[in-house]
Amino acid sequence: MEFGFPVLSALIFIPVVAGVLILFIPAASRDIIRGVAITSAVVTLSLSALVYFSYLNAVNAGAIPQTTVEAEEGSFRATAAFKDRQFYVENIPWVPSVGISYHLGMDGLSGPMVLLTGMVAVAGVLISWQISDRQREFYAFFMLLVAGVMGVFISLDMFLLFFFYELAIFPMYILIAGWGWVKLREYAAMKLTLYILIGSVVALVGAIAMVVTAATYFETEAGRQVLQAAIAAGVINPNATAVSFDLIQLTLAAENGAFSLPFLGTVSFDVFWFPFIFIGFGVMAGLFPFHNWSPDGHVAAPTAVSMIHAGVLMKLGAFAALRTAVQMMPEGAQTHLPWIVFLATVNVVYGALIAFRQRDFKYVIGFSSVSHMGLVTMGWATMNAVGMTGAGLQMFSHGAMTALFFGCVGMVYDRAHTRDIPSLGGFMKILPWTGVFFIIGGLTSMGMPGFSGFVAEFPIFQGMWEASDAVSLDLGVTTLSSYYSFLVILAALGIVITAAYVLRVTSQVFFGEYNRARYGELPPITIVERAVLLLLGVPLIVLGLYPSIMAPMITEGIIPVLMLLGRM
Amino acid sequence: MDIALLLNDPNFLPWLVPVGPLLAFIIITFATNRARLVPATSHEYGGHHPDYNGMLVPVVTPLSRVLSVTVGLSGVVMALLISLNIVGQALGVRHFGEEVVFASAVEWMATGTTAFRMGVMVDPLNALLLVMVPIAVLCIFIYSIGYMAHDPRQSRFFALISLFAAAMLTLTVADNLLLLFVGWEVMGLCSYMLIGFWFEKHSAYRAAIKAFTVTRVADVIMLLGIAYLYTMTGTLNFREIMQDAALLNAINTAPAILFGGLGVSAGGLIGSFLIIGTIGKSAQFPLHVWLPDAMEGPTPVSAMIHAAAMVSAGIYAVLRMFPLFVGAGDPIGGVANPHIGVYNLPLVLLAVVGAFTALFAATMAVAQNDVKAVLAYSTISQLGFMMAALGIGAYVAAAFHLITHAFFKALLFMASGSVIHAMEHGAHHLHEHAHDHEPEPTTRPYYETAQAAEAHPEAAHAAHDDPHAHDHGHHAEHGHHEEHGHGHAFDPQDMRNMGGLAKKIPVTFVGFVIGGFALAGFPLITAGFWSKDEILAEAWYGTLKGYGPQALVFFLLAVAAFLTAFYTMRQICLTFLGEPRTEEAKHAGLGGARSIVSITMQLPLIILSFFALFAGFVGVPKEFPLFGPIFSPDGNPFFHFLEFSVLPEPNFAPFHPPFNLFPVLVSFAVALGGLYLGWRMYGRRPLQAGETDPMERILGSAVYTTLQKRYYMDDLYSVLFVKPSQWLARQVNTFLDRGVIDGTLHAIGAFFTWLGDLIKVLNSWLIDGVGDGIPRSIYTLGGWLRGTQTGRIQQYLLAVLIAFLIIGIVLAVSSGVVTAG
Repeated sequence: MEFGFPVLSALIFIPVVAGVLILFIPAASRDIIRGVAITSAVVTLSLSALVYFSYLNAVNAGAIPQTTVEAEEGSFRATAAFKDRQFYVENIPWVPSVGISYHLGMDGLSGPMVLLTGMVAVAGVLISWQISDRQREFYAFFMLLVAGVMGVFISLDMFLLFFFYELAIFPMYILIAGWGWVKLREYAAMKLTLYILIGSVVALVGAIAMVVTAATYFETEAGRQVLQAAIAAGVINPNATAVSFDLIQLTLAAENGAFSLPFLGTVSFDVFWFPFIFIGFGVMAGLFPFHNWSPDGHVAAPTAVSMIHAGVLMKLGAFAALRTAVQMMPEGAQTHLPWIVFLATVNVVYGALIAFRQRDFKYVIGFSSVSHMGLVTMGWATMNAVGMTGAGLQMFSHGAMTALFFGCVGMVYDRAHTRDIPSLGGFMKILPWTGVFFIIGGLTSMGMPGFSGFVAEFPIFQGMWEASDAVSLDLGVTTLSSYYSFLVILAALGIVITAAYVLRVTSQVFFGEYNRARYGELPPITIVERAVLLLLGVPLIVLGLYPSIMAPMITEGIIPVLMLLGRM
Repeated sequence: MDIALLLNDPNFLPWLVPVGPLLAFIIITFATNRARLVPATSHEYGGHHPDYNGMLVPVVTPLSRVLSVTVGLSGVVMALLISLNIVGQALGVRHFGEEVVFASAVEWMATGTTAFRMGVMVDPLNALLLVMVPIAVLCIFIYSIGYMAHDPRQSRFFALISLFAAAMLTLTVADNLLLLFVGWEVMGLCSYMLIGFWFEKHSAYRAAIKAFTVTRVADVIMLLGIAYLYTMTGTLNFREIMQDAALLNAINTAPAILFGGLGVSAGGLIGSFLIIGTIGKSAQFPLHVWLPDAMEGPTPVSAMIHAAAMVSAGIYAVLRMFPLFVGAGDPIGGVANPHIGVYNLPLVLLAVVGAFTALFAATMAVAQNDVKAVLAYSTISQLGFMMAALGIGAYVAAAFHLITHAFFKALLFMASGSVIHAMEHGAHHLHEHAHDHEPEPTTRPYYETAQAAEAHPEAAHAAHDDPHAHDHGHHAEHGHHEEHGHGHAFDPQDMRNMGGLAKKIPVTFVGFVIGGFALAGFPLITAGFWSKDEILAEAWYGTLKGYGPQALVFFLLAVAAFLTAFYTMRQICLTFLGEPRTEEAKHAGLGGARSIVSITMQLPLIILSFFALFAGFVGVPKEFPLFGPIFSPDGNPFFHFLEFSVLPEPNFAPFHPPFNLFPVLVSFAVALGGLYLGWRMYGRRPLQAGETDPMERILGSAVYTTLQKRYYMDDLYSVLFVKPSQWLARQVNTFLDRGVIDGTLHAIGAFFTWLGDLIKVLNSWLIDGVGDGIPRSIYTLGGWLRGTQTGRIQQYLLAVLIAFLIIGIVLAVSSGVVTAG
């Protein structure tokens, strides 16, 4: 399915152009600045909804080709499945000499993320409506950030993926350092940037090693034959060379065992490099013990940045970890995910426990993100269809939910000028909309049926049970098996703690007594803020009641990964 | 499609059962809930929160009240009519459930390779609930019209309670465990919002959080069980699992993923997880602690939670999943058959927890003075009866008791609400009186001691926050101080303040006695007798065969039944008999006989009294002398209706023990004995004002206080769970996260800073030393050379001369012109 124009490029370049355009508008013309920002964000959202729903329709109509190509020399069933699930593809050579191309495409896994990015972009522009300090520059950097995030999700080229990944980090630093909470912003911006940069550099080294290894493989006789066969079958671009950053070609290499060759002594390449790449990106997903940049970053950031940061940026890490580490090095995944799942469990329980103790409203939400992102990693670690579908749903659900949370926190903070939970109270009377949507977010986060959190968590739990028999961890002296079922019980108890802190925060901030002497008459909620709440809150309910609006699409997205993992 | 035909299609109709209340919730929330702002001090607001002084607060408008109540009632009536239609059609089917059930389903979510189907289903088991739930809920709704008539948020109340009803009905018609869980959780949420309905009051929202958190722990474990079951079977549909003997056999003989080494089967583990969910929801030991606190909600909510909906849902889930707990096949390994004394983990869990809870809660009920607290403990105890019955395989008896209990417990709660209402009325009358004349010195009742206030802080608050605290609005100008001072001290729920109410509120009295006697199992003429007797009969049958669990259940339940009769009589005597012990009780009443409050609060009592008396006659054993031939000439009708809800597989098929007179006599003895003892202690010589409870004299104050303080379980949990988890959270936060992880990070940062400094020093010393040293030495050299630039010709010539000399010597030596030596 194609549209008459390069729709994915439009998703990236509309925000970029808008960001540049904004810089040329006089700072005093705030209405024009806002107008340009919101127009571009709404257009981005509309386009992302367009691609999302047309992909969904294709899935429901059974229009996704179920390829089962088997070649003579080597096989590329999964590669073909991966390639055939990419829609709206654009492929333009960029630096042909080293195999870098401008290659975009969207599949079932990236589709929900694209939609989420569009939603959070609009919500972020709206929530920053009243910023008075250098609004022009703020919006310019914000749009650049949106473009970077969008780019990562739809890149089909390793180089392009890293390019957009770094593009997303750079405006984030400036936005936090320049517009953040004065007390913490320099520290937090520095902490965040260093963590993520170091993580991505580690991953980048691994990625380059991967490209080189793949190139070496395609130089061999067997590799050349595989490549020729794949080209003949139309899976790979006809003018492909051995050296390529193209994700489809790297998948082909992975499927044919290019990364399973010995690398260091008896240790194969993928077993050696998997932890570096997975955890390198996992840093961005808040993986324990590399999570501490995130709560500080969330708290220090201005509301819109917290929203996109926790809502979308953390998913970027989880998404890239799946796409580059798990998909490219399935054997590494089978070796290492069985212990990484422990880190994910720690994430879930640990984040919830810390969130329970916070006095600062925003830190509660910050640590809750750490906790919920643990479930995503846990879903990847199940390595089965149910659990990974759940993880995909959790990415979307958590993205919208946490952005909603930060929006609510921002609305309270803008009025009360404090985030100290014990001194707040009774805001249900002042901001009933905010209170109701905060509760909706809270119910989602505690996995209440009828909200998207439940349809995400249930498959993850189920996937964990299912994986319990299939996965075991070789510790050298002994082999650990069936421990996924223990971990899932621990994680489920983490969700109980979630319920406890959500109720605690809700009752202390929104119920209880309103301190009239201190806060006086506060301005009521604006129409713009209501739009933010609706935009982020309604999808939580829609997805919760009717998960078929997303689940089948995500399953389509992970089928190639499952094929590579040998689970399908 | 023919709509009329569709609306009469029993396969489709179950979808519509929850729709009425759900629509009511939506309509009330978004359309009819309209409030106007009044000052917080206004009597219309009911003095909910003095701290809102000077603020405008919303109070529902009269029109909104009428509309919301109408919409809410219509929703329930719609559910009731549809349910009765379905049940009517079910009764017309011969052997309903054996082959024919009413069911339909749609695809809901595809995860991975399987698609999950959501649907509805009616079989004999939930057909019973479709009779009980809508009738009880309708009564509660009618009652709420009067009870909440002066509440500033009555519309919201009707919205929430409609959602509650919708959730319960969803759970009832669900055809799979996941949809059941949806209803289950939404009910948990509604109970949270309704227990905390008067959220300005600390005790209420604390109770709400407690209820939600405690049940949540259990729910999450249940959810894990559901996930595991789904993994094992690939379906959660009740019929597909429960009617498949091969599947049941397989999961009950496969070793469990956890504790498999201990001989636990997969089915046993799943079953235990699901039962833990019920232990939370149905308030069984050790997770019963939330239920007594749940009285903080308005009384109709208590009736909803304790009778019609929430706790019944827990038992219903166990009934529904019963074949799974037992398993099919030969009774070995994980498969059990309680009828021949073969037990597995889930059954033992059910029997032990149920029987223990039944007795444990009954002992606490004996020492309570709050009229609603006694009922709360009696609920826990009666649910224990049902759990224990299921544990010994008395499937039909448990279902029977579930239904009769729902009717008489709803009746009792509403009657107690009526009592509280009447007492408040008396308090106001007295207050009015006191203002007309000088306060009478004798009206300080004995109970206004620090101890009483300490024992019942919640109840004292409840009095103050009750919607009727300002029933007589025109007295508000008498001043808030007396009003509040009085409200805090007087506890309209404390039975020691009552006495002699029989004459004041006769309809309520009769209703309460009928409900109470049904609870006590008064022989032959109450529904409670027949259902309780069934449980004891089955337990006795097993006891005769020498099976341990049955014997345990029989004896514990017999003692519990005795205590039940005793505390019921104590409650009736303390509340209604003798002379009023306080001035408030003297003036108690429900207002005029024709007032809307009086009518709407008493009509449900009459309806439910009918069921509390006669519902038992549908389940009389055929062989029962005299009654059997009258009511069950063709065999026990209840038994034969329910029979086909499970597969006729020997392990779990409903089983009818041969008639035995002994358990009947035991039922007679414990019911009548308990009632007599209660009457002897409290009825023959009614308690006088200021007198100590005879119970305290007999038990001694230590035991009595222990019982009253609920065996200090709340304090124990605080020490065992609440405090340690807070401690852990604090440690994780400050020590681990901020200390170790951030500390490591900062240490790394500090190390690199130090390293940077070191390099900087090295840099300035070594690199800069070299780098700067070269130009500096050139400079120095230059400076030194500059000293030769004196400008004097003589010195230059001298220098030239010396230079020539040196060059000449060097040349001479090197060229060999001058040869040294």
